Amino acid sequence: MRDISMERVNETRNAILDIIKSPTLTHEQKVSSMAGKADSLLEVLELPEGLDELLFCGIDKKCICDLNEGHAPVRPRYIIPDYAKFMKEGSEFLQLEPPKDLYEAINSLLIFYKHVPSVTNFPVYVGALDELLEPFIDDVDEATAKKLLRMFFIHMDRTILDSFSHANIGPIATKAGRLILEVEKELEHAIPNLTMKYDASVTSDEFALAAIDTALHSAKPSFANHQMFKSELQDDYVIASCYNGLKVGGGSYTLSRLILSNIAKRATDIKDFKEVQLPYVMDIMAKYMDERIRFEVEESGFFQNNFLAKEGFISQDKFTAMYGLVGLAECVNILMEKEGKPYRYSHHEEADALGVEIMDLIDAFNQSHTNKYCQVTGGHFLLHAQVGISDDSEISPGTRIPIGEEPEELLTHLKHCSLFHKYFPSGTGDIFPIDTTAHRNPEFILDIIKGAFQDHLRYLSFYASDSDVIRISGYLVKRSEIEKLRNGNAVLQNTTGLGLEATDNLRVQERKVR
Amino acid sequence: MYMNQTNGSRITAPVNKIIPFSCVDGPGNRTVIFLQGCNFDCKYCHNPETRALCINCGLCVEKCPTGALTLATDALDTSKKHVVFHPEKCVSCDTCIKTCPNDASPRIINMTAADAFEAVKKQMPYIRGITVSGGECTFYPDFIRELFILCKEAGRTTFIDSNGSYDFSKNPSLLEVTDSVMLDIKAFDKSQHYEVTAADNDMVLKNAVYLAEIGKLFEVRTVVVPELYDCRHTIIETGKLLADYQPIRYKLIAYRPMGVREQYRIYSVPSQELLEEYANILKDLNWKDVVII
Repeated sequence: MRDISMERVNETRNAILDIIKSPTLTHEQKVSSMAGKADSLLEVLELPEGLDELLFCGIDKKCICDLNEGHAPVRPRYIIPDYAKFMKEGSEFLQLEPPKDLYEAINSLLIFYKHVPSVTNFPVYVGALDELLEPFIDDVDEATAKKLLRMFFIHMDRTILDSFSHANIGPIATKAGRLILEVEKELEHAIPNLTMKYDASVTSDEFALAAIDTALHSAKPSFANHQMFKSELQDDYVIASCYNGLKVGGGSYTLSRLILSNIAKRATDIKDFKEVQLPYVMDIMAKYMDERIRFEVEESGFFQNNFLAKEGFISQDKFTAMYGLVGLAECVNILMEKEGKPYRYSHHEEADALGVEIMDLIDAFNQSHTNKYCQVTGGHFLLHAQVGISDDSEISPGTRIPIGEEPEELLTHLKHCSLFHKYFPSGTGDIFPIDTTAHRNPEFILDIIKGAFQDHLRYLSFYASDSDVIRISGYLVKRSEIEKLRNGNAVLQNTTGLGLEATDNLRVQERKVR
Repeated sequence: MYMNQTNGSRITAPVNKIIPFSCVDGPGNRTVIFLQGCNFDCKYCHNPETRALCINCGLCVEKCPTGALTLATDALDTSKKHVVFHPEKCVSCDTCIKTCPNDASPRIINMTAADAFEAVKKQMPYIRGITVSGGECTFYPDFIRELFILCKEAGRTTFIDSNGSYDFSKNPSLLEVTDSVMLDIKAFDKSQHYEVTAADNDMVLKNAVYLAEIGKLFEVRTVVVPELYDCRHTIIETGKLLADYQPIRYKLIAYRPMGVREQYRIYSVPSQELLEEYANILKDLNWKDVVII
């Protein structure tokens, strides 16, 4: 391990003291923030040459962002336990027998969640809850089942203190799925996030309409194009964290992101961007991710010692990594300006064609870069349209159109999405606040989902324009909680803080209502 | 089966507007085509500029701030001029509509069914169908039929939104390609209907029963303006008239002054309680699908 300066030690000690004294952080938030500071003092990774200049610099110049994963990765960023195996076999380490009824099933899951690590220290995936609970759902009468589910979801909302936590339902309608939707509609919770895997050929309209009805009350579920994900990741994929497609029993070691707009600033023109600057940064980011993965697999001991791996709830050979990007819109606009052209992303064909060309370059780079620990995805990373972080400013998530510049017609917006969603098996998505008149015509939204998935869109989220629960970038936050925090009160869930900053920096409450 | 008779047809209709996605004009997501011209003069009409056809007086051309309207000389009669609309220059400021003394719009494009269908195709696969509205679209039954044939071939559903003044029973070939009709019942009593629309309602009520009988009445709508006519009477009587043909949707639309001509912006917006009271009357008459807008 390399030495560090006393100056850095002292800076970190002061930062820790600030955390301790913070009036708005809860105890749990303080503990995890302090752990992050401790980790930041380690220097164990062999960083690729050139990384410093691209990663450790001002926010307006930073070209690579590692999303505060820390200096010594102690576990993979995202972990997707095989909950079906747990339900079938129980766990020796947790001293749990396989559950025999709905009471035990819910209790076992709640225990398990407390032992699933991630970058947030909370589980980013809580299971395909309809499939997991359906075998037990007739153990009790429907009212009791609903009450148990209600308690289950309240428990999650109050103890998984971070909305980068995701449950899945669908694509097949089940009684458990229907009851989950009913409960979530009533509760209007931010946690867990929820996705319905949707496939028009197997998902009934009735089930999908129930999901839309719930979404217009609680901003979830979102809808994932099941056929598309299945064709890339096979049947055993899940949607986790914001909207990330990953394998059951695996996950993602790491996620870094290219800040495309800042890479564009380095370029003299489009040619320089495509031939020099972008390839240079892509290569360094891939090497950085390779090194993080090497440390996790070869040195951290996680895959050798954690009970999840020992008992087969995860296995290292099902993990991959997510090669992220943000700010395509701003990147295109900056390059267009450098060429002296007044064309803007999503408003001119030439600008959009450049966007597609850039994505093709990134995709080709990713296909040529190999990592021996990503066998499950052909030895390559998966591209990921990262949703942004709260201190991003003038950087739109992934390939999204900047808020305030959305096309007048929803159709034009969707057609634009269809140019880009295909590149991102490990996740992308667009978000549409919907005028409340659509409450009376949920089939309107169903038609849009059906059309969008035929048109190669991957993932869509809707929420009612007057909803308390709103989708910030991928995660959910309650407007009422944001206001509490704004007024200086501590709030339970970590993501509320991110939501507050994002509201101010990213103008997420100003999206065009459809 | 209907025959495709649209190839090369020159039949046109004046199109006022095309809304790509609508959630309020029939089931699911639909493209709505608004045709120009109406034979009713509803006091609460919220798009009165769709009522009359342009008489080419040219007043709007002078006022248009972006040059989207010009006057051109008629090819056949050089003593006459007509207004030409250049949609690419239009910024939708509505100056022309505010200027028009004639309740018309110069922003009209005459389209064949094939032209209109091209505009509809852009929305596929996102729409389940189209709705032709107005104005009063049944001024152009041949255009609608040709357009609907094209939509049917593309697997889309076809709806007509009408004021009910057109005798649907006389045009089976139109109904053959029409999935369903949405009908306005503006007042049940004839003299009240005249008060609201300056037209009588014999044909409207005849159509309501006829279309319900053949299973092609998707929805009836009533705009609730208690100060203008006896809304309760209309809702009760319409409710009874069609009670045996359920399911039909009854849409109760609250009067709103938005878009209404100035002299008729005098009525108050009905309360939610009143609308719910009317909805309950309908539910008691066996109506299952009542929507308040």
